[in-house]
Amino acid sequence: MSTSVTAPPAKSTAPRLRTPGKKRTPGKPKRNVLLTVLMAVMVLYTVVPLIWLIINSTKTQAGLADSNGLWFAHDFALWDNIRDTFTYHDGIFGRWLLNTLLYVVLGAGGATLLAVLGGYALAKFDFPGKRAIFAVVIGAVAVPGTALAVPTFLMFSKMGLTDTPWAVIIPSLVSPFGLYLMWVFAAEAIPTELLEAARMDGASEARTFFQVALPLLAPGIVTVLLFTTVATWNNYFLPLIMLKDPDWYPLTLGLSAWSSQAQTIGGDVIFNLVITGSLLTILPLIAAFLFLQKYWQSGLAAGSVKE
Amino acid sequence: MRRTTSRILRGIALVSTLALGVTACGGSDDDSDTKAVSAGDIQAALDKGGDITVWAWEPTLKTVAADFQKKYPKVKVNLVSERSGDKHYTALSNAISAGKGVPDVAQVEYFALGQYSLTKGLTDLAPYGADKLASKYTPGPWNAVSDGDKVYGLPMDSGPMALFYNKTVFDKYKITVPTTWDEYLDAARKLHKADPKAYIANDLGDAGFTTSLLWQAGSRPYKVDGTKVAVNFDDAGAKKFETVWQKLIDEKLLAPVNGWTDDWYKGLGDGTIATLATGAWMPANFVTGVPNAKGQWRAAAMPAWTAGDKASAENGGSSLAVPALAKNKELAYAFTEYANSGAGVATRVSEGAFPATKAELESASFQSKKFDYFGGQEANKIFAESAANVASDWSYLPFQPYANSIFNDTVGKAYVSTTKLADGLKAWQDASVKYGEEQGFTVEK
Repeated sequence: MSTSVTAPPAKSTAPRLRTPGKKRTPGKPKRNVLLTVLMAVMVLYTVVPLIWLIINSTKTQAGLADSNGLWFAHDFALWDNIRDTFTYHDGIFGRWLLNTLLYVVLGAGGATLLAVLGGYALAKFDFPGKRAIFAVVIGAVAVPGTALAVPTFLMFSKMGLTDTPWAVIIPSLVSPFGLYLMWVFAAEAIPTELLEAARMDGASEARTFFQVALPLLAPGIVTVLLFTTVATWNNYFLPLIMLKDPDWYPLTLGLSAWSSQAQTIGGDVIFNLVITGSLLTILPLIAAFLFLQKYWQSGLAAGSVKE
Repeated sequence: MRRTTSRILRGIALVSTLALGVTACGGSDDDSDTKAVSAGDIQAALDKGGDITVWAWEPTLKTVAADFQKKYPKVKVNLVSERSGDKHYTALSNAISAGKGVPDVAQVEYFALGQYSLTKGLTDLAPYGADKLASKYTPGPWNAVSDGDKVYGLPMDSGPMALFYNKTVFDKYKITVPTTWDEYLDAARKLHKADPKAYIANDLGDAGFTTSLLWQAGSRPYKVDGTKVAVNFDDAGAKKFETVWQKLIDEKLLAPVNGWTDDWYKGLGDGTIATLATGAWMPANFVTGVPNAKGQWRAAAMPAWTAGDKASAENGGSSLAVPALAKNKELAYAFTEYANSGAGVATRVSEGAFPATKAELESASFQSKKFDYFGGQEANKIFAESAANVASDWSYLPFQPYANSIFNDTVGKAYVSTTKLADGLKAWQDASVKYGEEQGFTVEK
């Protein structure tokens, strides 16, 4: 998510003293105090909630109530909280984690696959109706998923698919933004001449795609995969209206259900588990960003420089 | 920020599903289902067995469902919980309008029952024998589930109101427990003067709480007769409420904290929110939500609007109902009856639920129960007396969930701006009337 914003501003090599008046080498911009301050504020803005989350996941329910939010309470209960998070309600948190992984692998993975295939086809092949498809894709990017939720629910209900994992996976397969990104990326990253050369050498279309195009598309694929993974991992509204059975909840819905227990007559108040669960929920996303960062950064820059 | 977005989402979900619910159910009128179902029929269904799905978040139902299955081994109760409030109703309305995936039994709070019974979304349980259970329940809850000779659910719990107060804070500032709302106002002034961080209560505008106070004050804003409804906040009871509450707001004596948030739990724990007027189910939430203030709180009778008046009201409470589209109605009724009238009641009370049945409320063991949390106080005596003093002629609107969802846009303004409470209530009235007319109700003005 917002982790991207906190990426360090260029490489922080030790500042070298320069004699004034000397012509500056291009590519090494002068440090701008205002920008640095702004950046620091942004870093604070994104990091403070994370720190809050880490600190507060070490507290018990009682500790949460009578201690300052930005410092540790007298009781250090992180390990207890993690254990309780995984054992509360017969360990349903683990089940939600697996559900989320399932939705991400099938939903986000499938969405990426479709976006790659579609984007490649739209970028490199000519066929009638291409302009119309372009208009539809651009239009679809503008429609918020929330607006489609109720119609989608009614449609899936007619098909008897609500309250099954398919109701979450199938709509997740559609990613207009991913398709658009892949389309633009494929148009820039794969020289048409290369495809023509492959065809001249007698490679089939499938072989051309897998052996010539796909390696060139890798940075773009990682980028789209990250976008769809984050979108599916964080998806809340779609599962909210599609699913009733808590056994099929993703983490977002499960944690929200735990949180709303505090608003229920006779409900168990477990803010400490909600906070610990939230921390555990974002860890995989942070890991994914850190490991894939170099790929997707190069992906975003593609096409920006004419070679 | 998060609150606003979630409120908008909730609004969208609620409005769309309400509209769907009303239209979809208008078509499936079948009043043919009125033939009596004998106890023998129900027993036969229990012997034959089958599956029922129950949508309910009430935590003690877990044990009840397990016991029920032990007693009737051929019956499988599929208890689906985890979700409450608006989300629960959104899911229920969605299922009813889609005609698929409707549960056999659903938990429905009293204020929301009208919405489902009027759109023929619920089974009339009178033919199953529910009409003979009237005398078992206290008048407030029974009045909420029944309409003439029709019974749309069985009361599961009730919320006769009481005043919970932080005795430690009261003792510290030598404040006496208020017996009238005027004394309450004085206590609020005294407390806030002694400690500017402390407030007598939190309130940013809460529809359920306001309607409960109006109920207690003798106001009867809603009149419902089938599809004919009337909304009118211009009566003596409402005036009493407006006078006291306007002073509390004007003098900034209410903590600007929404109920049920982490801030609220924190305030109840650290003494900055000193009282809470709410339903008798609250002790269970105190125990798990405010563990650090154990021993500090006590219960007392609700302050009266006129000295010596004993009138009380309900806040919260819910029923189990059988949707009209339920597949296995005999089993559904059998479970509902077991949980809310039969052996299940004792189980649920022992796990901390607050009963709606007279026998449990009046029993010696219930009344003499000592609450460790309240320093050993026998608080059930206070609650049981309150339950007996609830006026039974209150009714909610058949679209109360919608009305409650727009409360903060109308009356809520009085808490955060210069709008007067009276004007806010008038705006709420107008908006409710308008919505009622749009939904096809005959609204009397």
